[in-house]
Amino acid sequence: MNLFLDAFAWLADPANWSGPGSIPQRIAQHLWISLVVLVIAAAIALPVGAAVGHTGRGRELAVRVSGGLRALPTLGVLTLFGTWIGIGLAAPILSLVILAIPPLLAGAYAGFESVDRRTVDAARAMGMREGQIVGKVELPLGMPIVVGGIRSATLQIIATATLAAYIADDGLGRFIFEGLKTRDYAQMLGGSILVIVLALVIDGCFAVTQRLVVPAGVRATRSPELRSGPPRLRAALGQPITEGNPK
Amino acid sequence: MNWLWSNLDRVGELTLVHLALSVPAIILSFVVSVPIGWLAHRYRWSRGVLLSLCALLYAIPSLALFIALPPVTGLSLRSPLNLVIALTLYGIAVIVRTAADAFDAVERDVLQSATAMGYSDVGRFWGVQLPLAGPVLLSGLRVVIVSTVSLATVGAVIGVQSLGSLFTDGFQRGIQVEIITGIVATIVLALALDWLSVFIGRVLMPWSRPDAKTARAESTTLAEQADVA
Repeated sequence: MNLFLDAFAWLADPANWSGPGSIPQRIAQHLWISLVVLVIAAAIALPVGAAVGHTGRGRELAVRVSGGLRALPTLGVLTLFGTWIGIGLAAPILSLVILAIPPLLAGAYAGFESVDRRTVDAARAMGMREGQIVGKVELPLGMPIVVGGIRSATLQIIATATLAAYIADDGLGRFIFEGLKTRDYAQMLGGSILVIVLALVIDGCFAVTQRLVVPAGVRATRSPELRSGPPRLRAALGQPITEGNPK
Repeated sequence: MNWLWSNLDRVGELTLVHLALSVPAIILSFVVSVPIGWLAHRYRWSRGVLLSLCALLYAIPSLALFIALPPVTGLSLRSPLNLVIALTLYGIAVIVRTAADAFDAVERDVLQSATAMGYSDVGRFWGVQLPLAGPVLLSGLRVVIVSTVSLATVGAVIGVQSLGSLFTDGFQRGIQVEIITGIVATIVLALALDWLSVFIGRVLMPWSRPDAKTARAESTTLAEQADVA
């Protein structure tokens, strides 16, 4: 446990909190990269996922792509792009985008698909246009699952951005790799603690968001114990939405 | 391509090392997760606590966990055992949730019938509950197989040998073929283990071989679950 004390001493050292390569600067870099990657990946994956979930077309392909990409080793993708593109931010950003697409795509199509087709048909029968159905019915009802996809993509990005410091001088992972090189366990562990805290804080924010985006109508009619509820009631209410867990 | 032919034995050797890292982690996480998943399924309070713990564990970036574990366990950073423990923890984080869902999915009527037929609690678990939860448990295991094999490569940056060593070595020496070989080998290994688990599942659970249509629907929803959860 002595190593933890050293790590906390490293974290508390004022010298690490100012100047270039300081802790606040690395955190800002880490967050900035993660945000840029998330926005690019979401701009690609969410519309595609929404279209797949809404129309049901290309579902097999989307499942296969999002499942197959998961088997890709992140370090392999990073180092491959690193040797291809060279040192700089382009390689990590490109690989991070590729790795963030599967969870976003899965969340988007699962979210849109989770909306009961009867609810969609009812909306259509009421005279809603397709665009209105997507925006006013499917999106709000599927939102918790879509946010769930964004949540796991963000965690994946933060974790991989740490690893990306292996090929680029960027983010909190730098502390870990500098520590590894100089055999400075305190710095390495301090960097790891920062990464873990960052990930947990962001995950917590998403957990709260995921609860907040459940539409009021769904929340009001959701019975506390779905399993024991009569099956017919559930069908009439539309698919129950549990937190980030599409069924 | 020359690199590949002259280093074929090295790739084979690293594949075996990689197997030695990931297979124990996969088996261990499965064995540990089933009772925890059952506990999460059984009581409402334990469900919330256990599943939240798993979600927290899953949120921790792998590289940070690899480095934060040795001071707790007393192992060396470069010890393969350290990596196996970390991979096992990630596996547990994934399977416990699926296991809880798997036990939830067993119909209560079936369990009550089993009790009415004279099954004891323990006998009912082994004879009815576990086999019926089997197919869903298997789908959780398949997710863990793929993610564990892929995650084990990250250990290479802290100095634990695996197929990931091809990435670090290839990057430092600028040999792209080496990196691509590593990626392909990792994916092939993951698919081979996945196929093996499906095969074992068919042998152990011959009743779960329904027509292809329902099987596909089941596996895809679970893949989504694991992705989004």
